[in-house]
Amino acid sequence: MTGPVLVAEHIGKRFGGFTALDDVSVSFEAGQLTAIIGPNGAGKSTFFSLLSGAVAPTSGRIRFEGADVAGQPHHRFTRMGIARSYQITSLFPQLTAHENVRLACQAIHASARGGLWRDRAHYPGLAEEADSTLALVGLLARRGRPAASLAHGEQRALEIAVALASRPKLLLLDEPTAGMSPEETKEMMDLIARLASERTVLLVEHKMKMVMGLADRIVVLHQGKLLAAGTPDAIRTDADVRRVYLGEGRSGRG
Amino acid sequence: MTRDIAAARIMPSGADWSATAQRWRVPLLTVALAALPWIVPSQALAVNILIFGLYATGFNLLFGFAGMLSFGHAAFFGAGAYGAGIALARYGVGWFGAIAIGVAVAGVLALLIGALSIRSRGIYFSMVTLALAQLVYYVAFQATDWTGGENGLRGLTVSVIHIGPLALNFLDPVTKYYVILVFVVAALYAISRLLNAPFGAAMEAVRENESRAAAIGYDVKRIKLIAFTLSGLVCGLAGTLDALHLSIVPIDTLFYQTSGLAVMMVLLGGSGTFLGPFVGAAIFLLIEDVFSIWTPHWQLFVGIVFILAVLFLPRGVWGTLAAWHKRRSA
Repeated sequence: MTGPVLVAEHIGKRFGGFTALDDVSVSFEAGQLTAIIGPNGAGKSTFFSLLSGAVAPTSGRIRFEGADVAGQPHHRFTRMGIARSYQITSLFPQLTAHENVRLACQAIHASARGGLWRDRAHYPGLAEEADSTLALVGLLARRGRPAASLAHGEQRALEIAVALASRPKLLLLDEPTAGMSPEETKEMMDLIARLASERTVLLVEHKMKMVMGLADRIVVLHQGKLLAAGTPDAIRTDADVRRVYLGEGRSGRG
Repeated sequence: MTRDIAAARIMPSGADWSATAQRWRVPLLTVALAALPWIVPSQALAVNILIFGLYATGFNLLFGFAGMLSFGHAAFFGAGAYGAGIALARYGVGWFGAIAIGVAVAGVLALLIGALSIRSRGIYFSMVTLALAQLVYYVAFQATDWTGGENGLRGLTVSVIHIGPLALNFLDPVTKYYVILVFVVAALYAISRLLNAPFGAAMEAVRENESRAAAIGYDVKRIKLIAFTLSGLVCGLAGTLDALHLSIVPIDTLFYQTSGLAVMMVLLGGSGTFLGPFVGAAIFLLIEDVFSIWTPHWQLFVGIVFILAVLFLPRGVWGTLAAWHKRRSA
């Protein structure tokens, strides 16, 4: 452990008169898997959008490896080493699985991404990198199929592969098991555990059993505010958390 | 894992066919276009297919590959035509210099209109491009000293083209056709390279899913502006060639109907395909050529064919053929 990779300092987000996130400060240690939980409308998605750079906070600072990055455009976050996957699958539907991932590989190589003349196949390493990322999520056999024609579980896996292809130091996964069958969920959990052994991972997840077994640390949001942060055991016994979240009878879900 | 990758590579798929087609698309189109004057009913029609095919290809670069529907591409076609025409008629610039000036004027205009219009998306983007292009039309309409106003720009006849020691008679329709063909093929080669290059892939990413393209590290605004400008350059080149071909620049060149022409041709032929725009231009102009002989209402027939194509061949004529072949060989 070499100190925090990402630090959120008093960040908040208002949409007009509505405060989606209010004065949240959390730091994320390198190498840890942190799960973000909270009831619907707690601000998890907003929090994720701020941390991944998709949306700029209206207040506060975000420090990535020491530098204040809040307000930078989304593509800069990715190039610095923060990548995310989406709760609602967000791929390039008409392009092949291989091309979906290759595009992400291409984007992080400054020498490749804007090339106007040389054939895309002649940039060394990109296609191989894309294929080995597909192999990692078990999709190599499907490399030539358009993303739109893949099964739901395969699309969820491709979703992760596209995020991984950015070679992120910090990987943000937004409900990766959404809509998956129990077997697919099991496979996805194994994959996430493997990914987390090599990089810092943030995870939004509803399936509590999965979260409790997987995460090093849990951050609980409630009504746009930070309610608690700590180890799974500490969270399980936290009185506030039990009252607003676990006490609502959702602990057994998933 | 390495063996899996090797195995996946060997697996035959539709990708083989499309890779071959991609490698040969420029030579194939060049051969087809070189034979065109002897296939279609008239020389004039062949030249029009050449010029408007290139114009539609330039439009398709933006619409078919980057997913941005511009209703203002007449501005770039017209800027190329007027840029070259004014250089020839008012400043006595040589033919080659005039082409270069026309393309440059179109490129600068595309950069300007692009920078203003890419701030909006979808139908709003289309409306901004339409409004700005109409603005260009009215400026050209009023600036009669430069453009000739509603009478069009005249006095730019190029009769001989000198290339080194060679003097080509540009008034001879066949010679003219092949001189123009050289420029069209050079542009097609460059476009083909662009589409196969990483930038072509990035444009498709923007078309398919703009927010994910940003999320994986692409500067979407920059890609859109570059795509818009390159598209304007190609349409500008088509415009300069049209000015040289007609020896006059009619004010209609800048009118919004010219923008609509590109949309119709690309939808007829197949957007997002390399050869589609030429197929669409050929179909459109062939119908015009055949039906305008015996009825002034030839647009009625183009309209019917267009409606049928949109209803029954939403991928366009060439797009449907290509997709059908791909499915069969997959």
